[in-house]
Amino acid sequence: MQLSRDDLKRAYRSMFTIRTFEERVVKEFAQGNIPGFAHVYLGQEASGVGVCFDLSNEDYIGSTHRGHGHCIAKGCDVHGMMLEIMGKQGGLCGGKGGSMHIADMSKGMLGANAIVGGSPPIAVGAALTQKLKKTGKVAVAFSGDGASNQGTTFEALNMAVVLKVPAIFIFENNGYGEHTAASYAVGGPSIAERARSFGMPAEVVDGSDFFAVREAMGRALERGRADEGPYALEIVCSRFTGHFVGDPQAYRLPEEVARARANDPLPRFRAGVTEAALLDHADLDAIEQEVLAEVEDAVSAGMAANRPDLSTLEKDVYVRY
Amino acid sequence: MSKKSYRQAINEALRQEMRRDPNVIVLGEDVAGGHGASGETGGVGGVFGLTGGLYKEFGPTRVLDTPISESAIIGAASGAAVTGMRPVAEIMFVDFVGVCFDQIYNQAAKFRYMFGGKAKTPMVIRTAIGAGFRGGAQHSQTLHPLFTMVPGLKVVMPANPYDAKGLLISAIRDDDPVIFMESKVLYDMEGEVPDEAYRIAFGEANIVREGKDITFVAFGAMVPRALAVANTLAADGISVEVIDPRTTSPLDEDTILESVAKTGRLVVVDESPPRCGLAADIASLVADKGFRSLKAPIGKVTCPHTPVPFAPNLEDEYMPNPRRIEEAARAVLAYS
Repeated sequence: MQLSRDDLKRAYRSMFTIRTFEERVVKEFAQGNIPGFAHVYLGQEASGVGVCFDLSNEDYIGSTHRGHGHCIAKGCDVHGMMLEIMGKQGGLCGGKGGSMHIADMSKGMLGANAIVGGSPPIAVGAALTQKLKKTGKVAVAFSGDGASNQGTTFEALNMAVVLKVPAIFIFENNGYGEHTAASYAVGGPSIAERARSFGMPAEVVDGSDFFAVREAMGRALERGRADEGPYALEIVCSRFTGHFVGDPQAYRLPEEVARARANDPLPRFRAGVTEAALLDHADLDAIEQEVLAEVEDAVSAGMAANRPDLSTLEKDVYVRY
Repeated sequence: MSKKSYRQAINEALRQEMRRDPNVIVLGEDVAGGHGASGETGGVGGVFGLTGGLYKEFGPTRVLDTPISESAIIGAASGAAVTGMRPVAEIMFVDFVGVCFDQIYNQAAKFRYMFGGKAKTPMVIRTAIGAGFRGGAQHSQTLHPLFTMVPGLKVVMPANPYDAKGLLISAIRDDDPVIFMESKVLYDMEGEVPDEAYRIAFGEANIVREGKDITFVAFGAMVPRALAVANTLAADGISVEVIDPRTTSPLDEDTILESVAKTGRLVVVDESPPRCGLAADIASLVADKGFRSLKAPIGKVTCPHTPVPFAPNLEDEYMPNPRRIEEAARAVLAYS
């Protein structure tokens, strides 16, 4: 599928928004403006944006603890996200969720998830809804290489095949489950091979190449929208930073981190579209300026906002009780 | 004897027990850390640093990094325990027991009884508990009531470095499955801890402070909070006895009942939701067996019936805080 100039701009805007947002999260965290802990998506931008690019608000995604990028790629409001991460009134979850629980039902975003392997079974259910209601929509579960070792994930993969639901399992293999390498913790030839062994098509994709991710996702979507069953993508990504912000990463040699950082999806995209004369550098530079201003604005709004009202503490445990 | 943190006390207990008994092994996510990576292996020592240095001393056969697979971690620990090892499994945050609870409550906890007393399962599950860390709803829970109600499990909640070491050594030497709940907010707490190995028996409460007007019963991280309020009230001439049961299962009923017999008033401080929690459990105990001692209704300071909120101000209000403990105490004292 050929992308228009506007499509390409939208892709770059989304990736650059993630990059800028996450770099700012690292900075604000270090300054004590973000409570708790944060896991950033730096280096994996092309994966989230490539997967979500052709999804509508009525297609669902479930995410991970490293979920900010997925939220942005799915269209969540950057202001609302920053307020949420800072624990402020007006955050997407009213300040009750935080970094690991950002959700927006109106965008088809079923939440970041602090439990490894939490999303795959939920995506099976969300996909079941689409199948039963014949919507032609899909549900996507983002997981990491770490979650590929959870029993919940195996159960979800199998059940998606058994029920033949339009679930798409995305395994972002960034090489590390927390502080342990996938090469140690993931047995067998590949995560894609695991998914295939359950009876669904699966591909290994270069996660620094937006176009490769989007095209692979296109094949998964075609199958899902036709109600032909689940699909899996193992997207090989680079994790630029540690498991969480502040992780000293003694388990990674500096040259390995440098190699990961050199495998940067943003310059790659820029080089690709400018060399092919699809966009000019000036187009991309203009997007960057707008995004920088938007994120700056979100941070200012977050800093200025109040903490949630204490009266909200006991609200919304139930719909009615 | 020297000053050590709660974290160091736990690390020392693990190290000394591993030296003493070759059957003691440690397994969990990143308990060594860095396996398969380009840099240092074994330098992480758990996400909170509790198992730091163990890999270096004991190597990969006794400090086992696992995949992120909690069911397999706990199942493997119980399988190893019932066949002759003494595993200490780590569940990084207690919230993660959701995916492996079957292996705990249907398997490990029941082996001995189901098999007619013919099996023993000497395993410890170490896990970090508690709010106040800004960790959000899935990294902040304090699920001791969930384990306490399961027959076959022992449940330990150390409230200071000295107890952490002595209780963990007892847990490792115990022949039953023990849930060892470490309060995240206490990891940096310092106190005097003997260098040599020692045990603290399960089911023996610690009378943290003696008093005559009112009894506070508190668990884990709530103990120092209750003690601080007791010291505040002392300035007003109110004498508070503070009891830390140390283990919720077995529970030292006698010490609690004796204290209430002396003071006639009770406030239970427990960091968990109000229904079916330890506050309700202790209140029920005293209503059953200490009714005649009571001069006032029992005060309970718990979390509300909500998940743990993220925003710092909401989380601080969610936890039993000094203001709420003091209010409860004054209400009980004012009753006539």
